[in-house]
Amino acid sequence: MAWNEWIGFIIIGFGVAFDALGCLGLLRFPDIYNRLQGATKCVTFGTCGILFGIFVMNGFTGFGIKALVAIPFVLLTSPVGAHALARGAHIFGVPLWEKSVVDHYKQDRKDKPRL
Amino acid sequence: MNIYFIILVACCFACLIRAWIGKSIPDRMVAIDIMGTLAVGMTALLAVITERNFLIDVALAWIFLSFIGTLALAKYLVHKTLDE
Amino acid sequence: MKKAILILFIFTLWLLLTWNASWQSLVAGGVTALMVGLIFGNLAVTAPMKVIQPQRWFWLLLYIPIFIWEMAKANFDVAYRVLHPKMPIHPGIVKVKTRLKSPLGIAFLANSITLTPGTFTIDLKDEYLYIHCINVRHQKLDEATKDIVSRFEKLLIKIFD
Repeated sequence: MAWNEWIGFIIIGFGVAFDALGCLGLLRFPDIYNRLQGATKCVTFGTCGILFGIFVMNGFTGFGIKALVAIPFVLLTSPVGAHALARGAHIFGVPLWEKSVVDHYKQDRKDKPRL
Repeated sequence: MNIYFIILVACCFACLIRAWIGKSIPDRMVAIDIMGTLAVGMTALLAVITERNFLIDVALAWIFLSFIGTLALAKYLVHKTLDE
Repeated sequence: MKKAILILFIFTLWLLLTWNASWQSLVAGGVTALMVGLIFGNLAVTAPMKVIQPQRWFWLLLYIPIFIWEMAKANFDVAYRVLHPKMPIHPGIVKVKTRLKSPLGIAFLANSITLTPGTFTIDLKDEYLYIHCINVRHQKLDEATKDIVSRFEKLLIKIFD
């Protein structure tokens, strides 16, 4: 393999490793907000790593550029979906973990009528 | 390359386990959302392994489809119905 | 003005996605960009004078490496917490205040906060952001603002406001 294929191979390896860690976090963390926190960060970074590795492997061809254009789309859409799910879960009534320290959102939301 | 794909399939199974044990409805939805982002990476990797370049277009479209699906699920959580 | 910016943006995206300079591809992309830009130009672009100022683009270029560095740190932080057998987490939701005015700037701030270490935006009400921290260090409004928001706000104000 050429040198750029080796570098791309290693970057894709990092991405897959962070994907695996994110899914491990999805299984291990105690409540839904922590799970979203860990899984969204790691899986977004891991997917970006895979796409960037593909770009390094293929260089400036049509295939590589498409992988590069996909990175900002992942970075923009994935956190927005996570915000929507977290807000929906809080309004749905999922409680925080019992060892949580503070919840300002619940205090502020009680004052106003339910959306 | 094949070993990477096997690891990603194992990650999808972890998401499925979370969707199965769940405990609450939003927990299952989170698992589905994460699986959507994982599927983008899997499709892109499949394009490299099988050398079929059109699969990266599928990945690009999948980003937006999973985004819209997640927003619809979140809307269900807030309003408890899919109308509107 | 607004329409020209949107047409240029869509045409650049088309060129990147097709990566093909034959005249048929250019004509098809140009016609599509022209139609979409003429119809949706007034809706999609709200502040055309901000787009053409070069110093904003310079700060945006400076923002990207900082953001990538913070994101890499975030991932090692989460990896440490996941792999640690006792899971050292003290979660909680705190409230912070932002000085940004433009909606696009606030959206970028919320996304940046979500992808950086230990913090996750849940909701936005007026100028207050509700943030879920995996490890709460400050509960007061001012200290939490200084700790979480100010890293990005300095640059984002220069880019978007």
